[in-house]
Amino acid sequence: MNPSDLICPVPKTTSDIVVTAHGGGGRVAQRLLNDIFYPLLRNQSLDERHDAAAIPGQDGLVLSTDTFVVNPWKFPGGNIGSLAVHGTVNDLAMAGAKPLALSAGFVLEEGFSLESLREVVAAMATAAEEAGVPIVAGDTKVVERGKGDGVFINTAGIGRRLSQRAPLPKEVRPGDKVIVSGDIGRHGMAIMACREGLQLDSEIFSDSASVLAPVMDLVEAGAAVHCLRDPTRGGLASVLCEIAGEAGLAVHLDEALIPVEDNVAGACELLGLDPLYVACEGRFVAFVEPEDEGLTLEVMRRHAVSAGARTIGEVRTGKGVFLKTQIGVDRVIDLLSGEQLPRIC
Amino acid sequence: MRYVDEFRDGERAQALARAIRNEVRQPWTLMEICGGQTHSILRHGIDQLLPAEVELVHGPGCPVCVTPIRKINAAIELSQRPGHVLCSFGDMLRVPGSSSDLLRARAQGGEVRAIYSPLDAVQMAHKDPARHYTFFAVGFETTAPANALAVLHAARLGLKNFSLLVAHVCVPPAMRAILSSPENRIQGFLAAGHVCAVMGSWEYPDIAERYKVPIVVTGFEPVDILLGVLQCIRQLESGKACVENAYARAVQSQGNQSAINAMCTVFEPADQEWRGIGTIPLSGLKLRPDYSELDAEVRFDLESSHAELPNSACQAAQVLQGRLKPHQCSAFGTACTPETPLGAPMVSSEGACAAYFRYRTTPVTS
Repeated sequence: MNPSDLICPVPKTTSDIVVTAHGGGGRVAQRLLNDIFYPLLRNQSLDERHDAAAIPGQDGLVLSTDTFVVNPWKFPGGNIGSLAVHGTVNDLAMAGAKPLALSAGFVLEEGFSLESLREVVAAMATAAEEAGVPIVAGDTKVVERGKGDGVFINTAGIGRRLSQRAPLPKEVRPGDKVIVSGDIGRHGMAIMACREGLQLDSEIFSDSASVLAPVMDLVEAGAAVHCLRDPTRGGLASVLCEIAGEAGLAVHLDEALIPVEDNVAGACELLGLDPLYVACEGRFVAFVEPEDEGLTLEVMRRHAVSAGARTIGEVRTGKGVFLKTQIGVDRVIDLLSGEQLPRIC
Repeated sequence: MRYVDEFRDGERAQALARAIRNEVRQPWTLMEICGGQTHSILRHGIDQLLPAEVELVHGPGCPVCVTPIRKINAAIELSQRPGHVLCSFGDMLRVPGSSSDLLRARAQGGEVRAIYSPLDAVQMAHKDPARHYTFFAVGFETTAPANALAVLHAARLGLKNFSLLVAHVCVPPAMRAILSSPENRIQGFLAAGHVCAVMGSWEYPDIAERYKVPIVVTGFEPVDILLGVLQCIRQLESGKACVENAYARAVQSQGNQSAINAMCTVFEPADQEWRGIGTIPLSGLKLRPDYSELDAEVRFDLESSHAELPNSACQAAQVLQGRLKPHQCSAFGTACTPETPLGAPMVSSEGACAAYFRYRTTPVTS
């Protein structure tokens, strides 16, 4: 080969249309928020960039919304209905708020079976009852066959904050312990295994669940919780990057301490995915004062949904997220560009 | 997790790193062939355990990085033809062609499906006879046998609506090309464990002898890679140049005969263009004449296969041949990022530039 022939053409890279990465929770998704939504809708509540926003002029009231387009609509451990309730309940809980009421909006595709719809709504009813919150308003739209994916659901919720101070990234302090409420990556891998028909020895169940009870107990116990976040799309790594960035501090993690179930780890290895970036739907991360680490773990472990709570790292001065690997070397953790794509071999 | 955790064991890794430090006497430059190994090295920080004398440079073993741009253009063109569905491994979707990539093609209405097994594409074609399904068959000897099985299965079913867009590459010719180059500085190879699990190691003694380089078949976990480095360093320090297997739990010298048979039944060696590097004689695979009906490039007149390609300053070719580290490229992290890639190694999950960007740059977290 002749070295002078070495070329690599420049591709056209302007992003003038929506691509799936815009929904992936990585840097491309961040750019969508920063380029379009934040500047055009600018206000103080939105600028907090939290899972649930303070309602202006209404002390202690918070509002959150989330839209669910999961395919398949039914998966081991839940369906799109239970997921839609858990998602918004958890977003409110991450603001330290108890949900007062939810709304549900449905986009149904022509041809979707009513039996399936009944199953979805029944799961919503059960999930809402478990979380102790009524679904008080709703809307239904139907689109022509081929213009939807069976069923899409939007939920929104209003909640009341139980403590004076909202748990926000700007409250995070050097020395804070980083605690995760259980093993990570289950929901994302359950969906992927289901969608792609992976035949695994042990089925992966989504962790989709409400984390309201342990969060309310933490608030009641008076644990000094500085920030809460549920690691949904983009997984644990992405939310830690966001919080570290917003707090202007460094998060140091120990890979050996991060809980990942064997079947999830195995499926990730198989597809070349990193469980740190795989979505959870029934987990949360708490940043707590070091003195309250023991109390926080004890309270979280009282509840089945957070029985696997573990300290996985701590906050230090600096900037970014760092992982001490299993062989004892530090490396950085950063937001991915878009979603993870399975490798070839 | 069995077969993984024990090979990520911190103490075993540290012990091997100590042995390497104790035994190395002079500087050596080793190349790990496979992009999976490159990512493992950076993800676990393996290079940081090595003494300054041992330099690891990253090889061309990233299948999507070396897939010629013309083939990506052809895949995009096929996805946009009415009645046509293009199936591909997920990792290929973000790799830039001349003016787009498969993800953008999909966003603009192209039919692109990300699949995990080529047999899924055969099944889709079988169930949907009204449309034509093309599978984008990229990769090294690791993916070729499964792709060959897909061809055999499609032939058995008598499918008329299934074809392959073939861009297969083979490792040994690339190693020879690197070693023959006047600019070569590679003194030892960590051969790609997964490729050897299929092909065995019988192709390597000839290369080791002719170019006087040790070749150690190496796995992907930290303990595997450090063992490969140690064995390579031991050979170099004692003036040996032979083939050794440091990945015996997965590789036998004769390889996987069933896989090789399937591959040889369906494919034959062919000259192959490597993206950025150029054409290397007999370094690829093409469908044998018996299966040429299933060759998308034979079957369809693809304009993009002949398109003129623009030039650029991207130095991916130098990176893929181990002459330049990703961060030494002037575009790295500035003009070239995963969102705005100038070359394929910045987007692939096995690309060296992507590995450096993901595991080595200062985090961009705001």
